[in-house]
Amino acid sequence: MTALTELSSGSRAVVAELPRSHGLAKRLISLGLTPGSELCVLSNWGHGPLLIEVHGARLALGRGQAARVSVEPLALASPNDPASVDR
Amino acid sequence: MERAVEPTPQLRLALAGQPNVGKSTVFNALTGLDQHVGNWPGKTVEQKTGHFCHRGHRVEIIDLPGTYSLTSGSEEERVARDYLIGDSPDAVIALVNAASLERNLYLVAELLLLPVPVVIGLNMVDVAEVHGLHVEAPVLEAALGIPVVELVASKRRGLNELVDAAIAVTEAPERFNPNRPVIREKHQPVLAEIESLLAGRTPAGYQPEWLALKLLEGDPDVAALVEAKVPEAWEAIYAILAEHEDAYLDIAGGRYDWVARMVRAAVVTPQRGATVITDRIDRVATHPFWGLVVLLAAMAVLFVVTYFVASPAAGALSSLISGGFSDLLRSAMGGAPDWLIGVIVDGVVGGAGTVLSFVPILVVFFAALALLEDVGYMARMAYVMDRYMHWMGLHGKSCMPLILGFGCNVPAVLGTRIIEERKARMLTMMLTPFVPCTGRLAVLVFLAPAFFGAAAPWALIALVGGNLVILGAVGTLVNKLVFKGDRSAFIMEMPLYHAPNGRTIWRYVWRNTWAFVKKAGTLIVIISAIVWVLSSYPGSTPAESVLGAVGRFFEPVGALMGLGDWRLIVALLSSFVAKENSVATLGILFGSGAVGAAEAAGAGLAMKVAAVLTPAAAAAFLVVQMTFVPCVATVAAIRQESRSWLWTGANLGLMLVVAFVLGVIVYQVGSLI
Repeated sequence: MTALTELSSGSRAVVAELPRSHGLAKRLISLGLTPGSELCVLSNWGHGPLLIEVHGARLALGRGQAARVSVEPLALASPNDPASVDR
Repeated sequence: MERAVEPTPQLRLALAGQPNVGKSTVFNALTGLDQHVGNWPGKTVEQKTGHFCHRGHRVEIIDLPGTYSLTSGSEEERVARDYLIGDSPDAVIALVNAASLERNLYLVAELLLLPVPVVIGLNMVDVAEVHGLHVEAPVLEAALGIPVVELVASKRRGLNELVDAAIAVTEAPERFNPNRPVIREKHQPVLAEIESLLAGRTPAGYQPEWLALKLLEGDPDVAALVEAKVPEAWEAIYAILAEHEDAYLDIAGGRYDWVARMVRAAVVTPQRGATVITDRIDRVATHPFWGLVVLLAAMAVLFVVTYFVASPAAGALSSLISGGFSDLLRSAMGGAPDWLIGVIVDGVVGGAGTVLSFVPILVVFFAALALLEDVGYMARMAYVMDRYMHWMGLHGKSCMPLILGFGCNVPAVLGTRIIEERKARMLTMMLTPFVPCTGRLAVLVFLAPAFFGAAAPWALIALVGGNLVILGAVGTLVNKLVFKGDRSAFIMEMPLYHAPNGRTIWRYVWRNTWAFVKKAGTLIVIISAIVWVLSSYPGSTPAESVLGAVGRFFEPVGALMGLGDWRLIVALLSSFVAKENSVATLGILFGSGAVGAAEAAGAGLAMKVAAVLTPAAAAAFLVVQMTFVPCVATVAAIRQESRSWLWTGANLGLMLVVAFVLGVIVYQVGSLI
């Protein structure tokens, strides 16, 4: 399990834990980030906010908020899986 | 949607949907001009109501605020939920964006728990197709058990069918039997337990299942309601809730499971690999470096348009009023006493001229805001700027109003409404007047050469840069002290890019410009008239007027900043009406006659002013001029947007204090050098 901010652009993961703060967790949930959802990191420059895709929607997530979301990284899919095309 | 004449009972429909589903486009297309914009009672949330006739039915439609869920996180969600429960409309039209169907159906999952029939408008099917997504509406309809109508609202496609479907469900509500989401098995016994504790004691208007579910979701409003209305059961309920604190995660997860089942058959998944347009644009627009370049280019275009189109138009409007119209009025009022002509022509008409001269600039800025928002770029801009804004406790979206501020603070303040969270919005609004607008820059450019000679360009850069440093410092400080550093989270949807809709943009421009003219305009005209009276009475010259006396009264205060000459203080005070007035006032007080285009007279004036000031005092004067209270139009805009005199007053006070402290420091330190 690792923080969402540790993932590099193009990687996929499953949401494991949300921040303890109920307010923040609820906002994340309403935007599609529930435990168990699969997400794709569209861009993470190592600084500044992240861009992710989850439940068919693109979200920008402040670095501070993303650091508090734990995820279970998914192994890089085989090259014939079109979903893992490098960005 | 032709208008029918015969009066029939009115149907009430509510329009619900998450942000970025084209809700305003649908609302505008349905209601046309017949709409009313106000506020939800006692809230700062905008309420839009409209009317139209459809096949002999009179329909009232309420546009609910765009929210991602109904779980009472924000004021908008509370408003939407309270309306659906308390006012029970005949039906809800839930708009969803075909391009992000899964996430959009989450709100539908919540709507279906309320006792109001729902029909779905599947909007933006064209945008979805462009992005390789195809949604089979009939399959979705069969899965959900509620009508689903395909829409392209920007081209008015499908709207009649949507209203037909909504009216049909209101005519046979008993036949409305959707496939409602159920909660995961694990929590079903707990839910049943809470339900049984509530049975027979439910507050009017609520259903026990819904209350139980919301309690389990940790909804603070519902908890407060049950505690107040069902005190005898509260202790037992509370014990259960404490034990299942994490249930809300499961409930939300269960809703997404339900959504996934609903869309599984209906959505033809996109072919990845063939990168969609949005990804291709975003590779540049959200890049840490190129994204900034794009942003600056967009702003440059905006300012070029303002400079070449809006400013000349504003100038023409204001000279038409202060010139032709004023003269006409003056001669028409020939027999009236002088003071009346003065108040009307110089005060009221002058103030009205100020209001009108803002209109072209507002139109350009509002059009830019609406366009950037409509095509989906605004979210990218916020994303790119967030890393720079966050240390001031600001949201990425705050950058847009602040940049607009360089043109004019008024649209900048009005533009803060793109920031959804009130806290971040208020902070941005408070900082906006620290951005030097063209009016203040004009004064600076006029006086600096006389004050600093060859060093003037450096002084200009230092003063403008200084303002931005102050902005950052004040932002950081206010954020720490007032908001306790509790920065609002940056969580934002990045909508897919799509072509703009002219009608939506036009309505936005019209509504906001008109609101400014009507609300802020009144205040500006009144204050202008008052200031005119104060500067004209008693006596015939400004020196003998109330304003002159006020200037003299503040001489000792001004002396601390090296501004011990009342004329300088009056010049600063007059900048309250319009920032560029400082120069005109100095012109009158230092007796160089009319100032304006006359360069020679102007340069002479600047020299005359420079002659009475030491270099330190000159620097102090400009610093104070740059940070002094905003102009009356900005104050009126702040009042209109914050809806609070307290905030408006606090902002004025803050700027007064900052201007005074900086003036004293600059003068005292400068005198030592």
